[in-house]
Order: sequence, then structure tokens, then C-alpha cells
Amino acid sequence: MKIRATQAIMECLLEQGVDTVFGYPGGTILNVYDELYNYRDKLHHILTSHEQGAAHAADGYARSTGKVGVCFATSGPGTTNLTTGIATAHMDSSPVVFLTCNVTEPLLGKDAFQEVDITGIAMPITKATYLVRDAATIPDVMRQAFAVAATGRPGPVLIDFLKNVTDPSVMIDYEFIPWTENRSCSSIQSLARSHGLKAPEPDAQDIAILADMIARSERPMLICGGGVVRGRAHRQFRELAEKLDAPVAITVMGGGGFPGGHPLATGMIGMHGSRASNVACDECDLLIAVGCRFSDRVALQPDTFASQAKIVHIDIDRSEIDKNVLTDHHIIGSARRVLEMLNPLLPQYSHPEWKAHILSLREGAETDEGDALTHVKILEAIRRLAPEDTIVATDVGQHQMWSIQHFHFSYPGQLLTSGGFGTMGFGLGAAIGAQLGNPDKRVIHVTGDGCFRMNCHELSTVEHYRLPIISVVFNNGTLGMVRQWQSLIYHNRYSATTLDRGPDFVKLAEAYGLRGYRVTTPEEMESAFRDALSAGCGCVLDCRLDIDEMVRPMVPGGAHITDFLIK
Amino acid sequence: MKQTISVLVENRAGALNRITGLFSRRAFNIESLAVGVTDDPTVSRITIIVDSGNSVVEQVEKQLNKLIEVIKVRTLEEGSYIGRELMIVKVNANSKTRQDIMTICEILGARVDDISPTSMTLELSDTPERLETFQAMLRPFSILEVARTGIIAVQKGGGKI
Repeated sequence: MKIRATQAIMECLLEQGVDTVFGYPGGTILNVYDELYNYRDKLHHILTSHEQGAAHAADGYARSTGKVGVCFATSGPGTTNLTTGIATAHMDSSPVVFLTCNVTEPLLGKDAFQEVDITGIAMPITKATYLVRDAATIPDVMRQAFAVAATGRPGPVLIDFLKNVTDPSVMIDYEFIPWTENRSCSSIQSLARSHGLKAPEPDAQDIAILADMIARSERPMLICGGGVVRGRAHRQFRELAEKLDAPVAITVMGGGGFPGGHPLATGMIGMHGSRASNVACDECDLLIAVGCRFSDRVALQPDTFASQAKIVHIDIDRSEIDKNVLTDHHIIGSARRVLEMLNPLLPQYSHPEWKAHILSLREGAETDEGDALTHVKILEAIRRLAPEDTIVATDVGQHQMWSIQHFHFSYPGQLLTSGGFGTMGFGLGAAIGAQLGNPDKRVIHVTGDGCFRMNCHELSTVEHYRLPIISVVFNNGTLGMVRQWQSLIYHNRYSATTLDRGPDFVKLAEAYGLRGYRVTTPEEMESAFRDALSAGCGCVLDCRLDIDEMVRPMVPGGAHITDFLIK
Repeated sequence: MKQTISVLVENRAGALNRITGLFSRRAFNIESLAVGVTDDPTVSRITIIVDSGNSVVEQVEKQLNKLIEVIKVRTLEEGSYIGRELMIVKVNANSKTRQDIMTICEILGARVDDISPTSMTLELSDTPERLETFQAMLRPFSILEVARTGIIAVQKGGGKI
């Protein structure tokens, strides 16, 4: 069947089951948007205020639904505006396909208007990039891109179409192949030959070795990393933890991989890890890390990390093994598959003394009996009033760490946070994507005044699509996390961190047609949040905090994991 | 320690860029790099020489394997492969020195590609060590220009990557 090249792009999206796309139009991508107009009943396009917001929204959509996110942008500044969003998705292994257009073939490389080499720019921050110069390759490239984004360790892929390829006069051969079957098409097959477009099958021998190591361990511990979340291996992981009867720490990306309220949960590990998690790591004799990459925020000092333990690394990506921390044993495979094979080999273990020792170090949720509004009061009100399955999208900094410490995430995709890239401004975009992907769930955007200012123009997207997202702004008038470092390490020299300036977030919310609330006391928090939950529209809570609240505990970068700078 | 990495990649725009990008991101230098199409016109072979520790090369090998353009990667063990490099060198030569230069060429098996009243252009394809010797022998005559291809390598015996 002959169809327009742009039509093939849309049909290929439908093949993959895509129904929601995010983006921003412009000169070179006009042909694609013109075709999108024909498909407006099948493909719901969300127009954001800025391409970065669209990228984060597609990312948040992907993280919260487990599907591949899709994002459009035009050439030049349209594509460079995406790059922070692409890098964010890349660092956190989130599957997003970015579709951009470039100038026409004769203008390529001539510094034409809005021309930039985006496939070159995006190279180190994507799993793959494609420059489409021949329209006939569109179906193959599209199918390959989705397969690459979603399989193995997921990640972003960018396809750049030359404008002439998308000309309405260009007709190509196309045959509909549902994505479940499109692995049989030739381009995917050639890729599958060299790369095995499926997760590597774990080695049974490796798993038997681990079962044996577990049998000999007296003080085992588990780390739940982002791989458990991305691989939706939470049930298998929980079964492993319960069979092992071992303490479980989470990384930032692992939030939602293991129920935060579980009796074996010791909370976050690393720089702002709990005392229980960090001490367990230091004293255990077997550390099993599932889908975590021992980043510098977890393995602060790689040489002494879990120095008494045999370290076992389970990961889908072979290149993560021995990258940051040298391990004693590793298993390559998806978290789910490895644990499905491991769990039946394990009897029920019991480590009462070890467990009691570590769990006794847990401090429980922070409480606060005072009258002043603190981060604890805010988080406590949210936890109490919002539904249990509320999705929380955060930005980056103190409010992010407080949220992960305080909330008990219980399923993958419940916590959306930029763990690897640490992108300020990620939260609102991600919340928009999550709300569109999960219309029946409550989505809360937790942010700080610094982060919120970075992408708050997406409030117009919240308003336009009538998304009932509640943005809770931890407004302490400073870049809190940076100030905390300045207080503790830089002798109170507050260089360029004080945000003693506007805007008035309540007025800002109102200017965007949303509700704004000023919150200065715990009582106001309670009533404002209740009101926001029933408002049926986007709301902004401007919560005023003391400038010197700190995230506790804290181990400085490069220090030994139990050398707490503050407790 | 010098290591030789042989990589089979899809022969398309950007593939080389992605591969060299992996090296530059980790801030280590490629000593030499040679690219050429294989018997299959859709596949190129890249031979990369790097000077770094085993663990670094192992990490790069894993990272290379992840690139979708890469079909196969193999670090070649010292002594297990045939490695050759081509050098073209232009050297000052006149009627007095020409014969001496010819003698060096004969000993090392180099060929004369071009000759002028004041210069000779010579080519030698051999191991990097022999190329170094050749270059050192020519230096007293004053070398005008040197171009080297970088090593290309294949495994010894019947095995292939």
C-alpha cells in the first residue's frame, strides 16, 4: 500500500499503541503536524509551553505507565531545548522516542535557518539516533527506534527527519504490522542478530552460585535499585527480601520498587541515606544489589563500600558490572527474570539477630510537635490526606530527599524523580505526563522555589488540559540544598543561593487560571491541601519554610558511608 | 599498556562518531584508528589502538557492545593477531644520498613511490616497530613529510570475529 511518508510516521505510532504525544511545532516539522491534524482523533497531542516541558512530560508518562513516551519538536532551538529532557531520560533509563525534523537535504550543513546537528548533539545522551534521509526507511527506522528504546536497559532514542522526507508528495510502501509482530521485520531482525533485542537470559549457573552465597551468609542485605522499578520486578523483589529475611535499602531510583512501609525496609542508602541503611551496608557480609549502578551518591567511597561483604550485582546492562564498585559475583539479566529464577532455589531464611540490630537503628518517620510550618508538617499532611496510591513527581534538592525519606512508595512509577541527572524543573513536566497517563490517579508535584521557577510556565499546560495537579512549593527563599552545603562545608558563604525575589506564587497560579494558596502554618497546610484535593483544577501551594532547614542525615561526597556530617 | 581493539560496525554515517565519542567521554586518547569496509559492503572494520589499563579497556569494550551500530567487538591479545600499518614518507634526497636511502629501503623492504631531483617518496607496510626503525634510519637525511594509516589487524589462524 502506498501512503504519504508522514502518514507512515503516524501509522507507525499507532502500531506501537501510542495514543498520547507531547510536543511543540515549528517550521521544519510543519508537514508532520499537518498530518497529525488528520490523526487528531487517534493521537492526542499535548502542546506544552516549552520543548523541555514536553520532553519531561513524555518521560514522566513513560515512567509512570511503563509505556514508551513520544515527543515531537522542530529543528534548531526546538531540538536543543529537548536536550536536558533527553539527558534526564537517559540517565534514569526511561524509554522515550523523540521525533524531530531538520532542514531539507540541499540545505543540510549550510547553516540554514534553525539548523543544528541534533543527531550529533544527542549522541552521548541517547541509546541511538537516526537521521532519516530516505523516506522509504521510515517504517523500519520507527520500528527499530521503539524496539531499541524499550528493550534491554530502556532509554531515549532520537529520530531526525529531513524536511523533504516529510513532504506531502512523498509516497512510500507501508504495511501495518502490530508491534507485537514487528520484531519479524527485516531491520529489527538484523538488529536482533547482533544485539539480541530482548533482555539477556540469565545464566542458571550464576544464579546457583548466588543461592549458595546466600546460604553461607549470616548478615545479608539487599539494595533495591532503579532496575527493579523499570523492570516492574517489585513482586519478585519483595519475595526475595522476605525469603532472605534481610534489611532492604533503596536508592533514589529504587523508590517504589519495595514498599517503604515494609518491616524490612530501612529507607534510602547513600549521601542522605538512613543510619540503618548505611550501617547495614558497612556491616553486612553479603550485599545483593538489584538494578543499581553504585553511583557516587550511593557508593560515596567505592574502595570502602560494603568492605566486609561479598558484593553481588544483578543488572541487565553488562557494562555496569565493575564500573563503579568491584563486585565478587554478578548476574546479567532483567531483575524480574533473575529473581524469578533465584527465588524458587531459596529456602526461608531467618536472621533475627542481624535484622534486629539493623532495624533497631531505624528512627521511624520524622515527627514534629512544634507549631511552625516545617517540611515534616507539609509531608505529613500530604501523606495523611492524599490517596495512598498518589503519584509523586519531584524536582531536585532538599524537597526531593525529604519526599523520598518521608513517603512510603509502594509500586513502580509512584515516585517520579530525576535521580541521575538531577534536573531542576523536571517535576512539573513529569507530573503532566503522569497525570495524562494515569487520569484516575492523584498526581502531586513536590517542588522547591528554585526548581519551580525553572519550568513554572508549564502551569499553562496544566490549566489548558484541566489537569488537577497540585504543586506543593517548599518555599524557603533559597536554593536549599546548595545552601546546606554552603552552611556545612563553605563556612556560611551564601554565594548566589538566596532567592529573595518574586514572583508571588499565589498570584502566579491565579495568573495562569489556577488556584493559589499561601501556607504559613500547619493549619493552613491542612486546609489548603484539603481544598486543593477537591478543587478539580491545578493548584499551587506556596509553603513558607525556614531558610535553614536541612536534609538529615548527610554523608559528604567521597566520605565513608557511615561518616555522617550531620545526624 | 597498548591494546588493540577490533570492532565490526554498520557502515553508515555517524557510526564512527559514536564510537570515538565513547573514548573521548572517558578522556582517554586513541593512539591510532583505522577504518575500512569489509567483504560485506554494509559492514566496516575499525581497528583501534589505545594505551591504557586492562580494566579501562574492558569497560570500553562493554560500552562499545551496547551501541546499536556495533556488531562485534574483540580485544586482540598480544601476539594473537597480524597487525600492519602503512607509512608514506617523503625525505630529502639528492644524487649523493639517493643510494644510501635505496639501501635502507632494500633492507627493510620499502618501495619508492616517487622521485624528484631533491626528494624521494617511500612507502613501507609493516609492523609499527619496523616503521619506527625505518623512520629513524631516514631521519639523518631530513624527513619532509610522514603519513601513517594506523594499524589494521586480523586474528591469526582460522578464527574470525
